[in-house]
Amino acid sequence: MTTADLINKIVQVAAALAIFAAVIGLILFLIDKAPKRGRDGFQLVAFLAPALLLLGIGLIYPAVRTSIAAFADNTGNFIGLDNFVWMFTQPDALRTLANTVVWVVLVPLVSTIIGLAYAVFIDKARGERIFKALVFMPMAISFVGASIIWRFVYEYRPEGREQIGALNQILVWFGAEPVLWLQSDPINTLLLIVVMIWVQTGFAMVVLSAAIKGVPTEQLEAAQLDGTNAWQRFRNVTVPGIRGSLVVVVTTISIATLKVFDIVQTMTAGNFGTSVVANEMYNQAFRSQAPGRGSALALILFIMVLPIVIYNVRILRQQREIR
Amino acid sequence: MSSSVAPADLPVPGRSDRDDTSYELAQEGATKTKRVKQRLTSRGATIAALIIAVVWTLPTFGLFVSSFRPEDEIRNNGWWTIFQNPGFTLANYQDVLLSSSASSPQLGSYFVNSLAIAIPGTLFPLVLASLAAYAFAWIKFKGSNALFILVFALQIVPLQMALIPLLQMFSLGLRFGETQILPGLPAGNYAQVWIAHTIFALPLAIFLLHNFISEIPGEVIEAARVDGAGHGQVFFRIIIPLALPAIASFGIFQFLWVWNDLLVALVFSGGTPDVAPLTQRLAELTGSRGQEWQRLTAAAFVSLVIPLIVFFSLQRYFVRGLLAGSTKG
Repeated sequence: MTTADLINKIVQVAAALAIFAAVIGLILFLIDKAPKRGRDGFQLVAFLAPALLLLGIGLIYPAVRTSIAAFADNTGNFIGLDNFVWMFTQPDALRTLANTVVWVVLVPLVSTIIGLAYAVFIDKARGERIFKALVFMPMAISFVGASIIWRFVYEYRPEGREQIGALNQILVWFGAEPVLWLQSDPINTLLLIVVMIWVQTGFAMVVLSAAIKGVPTEQLEAAQLDGTNAWQRFRNVTVPGIRGSLVVVVTTISIATLKVFDIVQTMTAGNFGTSVVANEMYNQAFRSQAPGRGSALALILFIMVLPIVIYNVRILRQQREIR
Repeated sequence: MSSSVAPADLPVPGRSDRDDTSYELAQEGATKTKRVKQRLTSRGATIAALIIAVVWTLPTFGLFVSSFRPEDEIRNNGWWTIFQNPGFTLANYQDVLLSSSASSPQLGSYFVNSLAIAIPGTLFPLVLASLAAYAFAWIKFKGSNALFILVFALQIVPLQMALIPLLQMFSLGLRFGETQILPGLPAGNYAQVWIAHTIFALPLAIFLLHNFISEIPGEVIEAARVDGAGHGQVFFRIIIPLALPAIASFGIFQFLWVWNDLLVALVFSGGTPDVAPLTQRLAELTGSRGQEWQRLTAAAFVSLVIPLIVFFSLQRYFVRGLLAGSTKG
């Protein structure tokens, strides 16, 4: 990077920020100077229009276009359900769908269980804050960074050479042969899932930890006086008390998992039978120049997300009514 | 991180007292329950927690240690043998950041790109969302509720749904029939990435900021209005200062989201050193030079350093933003 490049980039950013600030400032200044008649209308438009226009042009309209393109071939001719027939008959595409199901079952389940267990274990323990930070940290870093971290763990060296990947070293210590993890179907999908679990557990833990602290101590004490053991108290007092948060955690992680793209892309680029819908959507649309299939996959993604969201909304509504 | 309906049950900036207390009660709760003295946890639980903490930390730690090891050592033995095979060098960082040789990742310019994308990519949606949130909260108009619900519902649209048409629109402009409404955007600069990030951030940002802005006491705003302040002045003088904590905590979250993003960058940046951010470069390197661990380890840490600084210095706000933003699409 030359200094000229750097200056050019700084100028770009500064200019964009300056123009943006000037436009917004001008709008805010002008709307208070607008003629008295119809001023409220002007003001409303000035406040709302920028965001709504962007959403309309940049999200709603494209989403509609994508939904239509899902029923068209790559040149835009209507072909009915062909893209979906492809998706549900071709072995590769079916594998992609199956992998996505495995992801969306395992990731929310395992990360919520580990997150919950960890939150309970460290609750009120000494050094709780540090314990939390350690598990929570992966949440701050990028999926790409996380993928590199784990690729290093899975790294392979042929037998006889010293291993540099921790997982294979453990195998070797136990006398087994090292494995080319990321190329070994089907275990490679599970190893990618581990990365996602590693990231999402921190989220589950923080939300559930906050919820656990909200369970009234009185209830726990009462249960204790009744002679229950720790597991019974956890099962019958804590879990019902944090049910709402559990639902939120599971659904949120499920949706994040359905859309997982970066991990698969960075670890295997979807090769060796590891592809998932979000990754395949990108590959079809932007690598294979098949926007029709890409759109169909995007639509499937949307349809898979929908029931989870509806369920989430219903649960939240019920809880509000109970309160 | 993901998109769903915002968890009304979770602490969002709008319900500020709840989240602060629940997260910080970690300490206070400890003293409060000390009189009970009967713990749910046991020795076994502590050990289990320790194991989880170690397993969660070691992979990052290993990469970090390796990034300071000489190339020969990284290649030939594990980082856990560092005491048998000692060696410390900053050459890896020097190579990935500063070297201008063709084989080096030359991360310097990508680092600048990441910043150049993330700063406006955070500020633009925050400002536009605050404006819209104010209008939804404090300007009465017909259909306000329906419109707000529509914006709220947009959170569930995966951004994959918008990628292909949006990219077309950026290159060809927006047409309605034969008439060109908007011209296309020139490629090779940040504009496309900024706009894409702004659009994808808006639904959640509007929703969360609305929660907060609508809870500002009405009397304050009424008083200013009676004194003759217009909506513009009210927004600038009252709303922005009062909502700043919420705006800031969402801002941190959005910054990290943009900094860590790969998909939007891949689709809209064009992949040149002029525009592409660190994440994109890293993904590329793992594909093409997946074996050059002396570079990958250092490069990964170059990309992690900003999020980690943000995380460790602003953890409280980060947690708040995350709890609120656990719904990002």
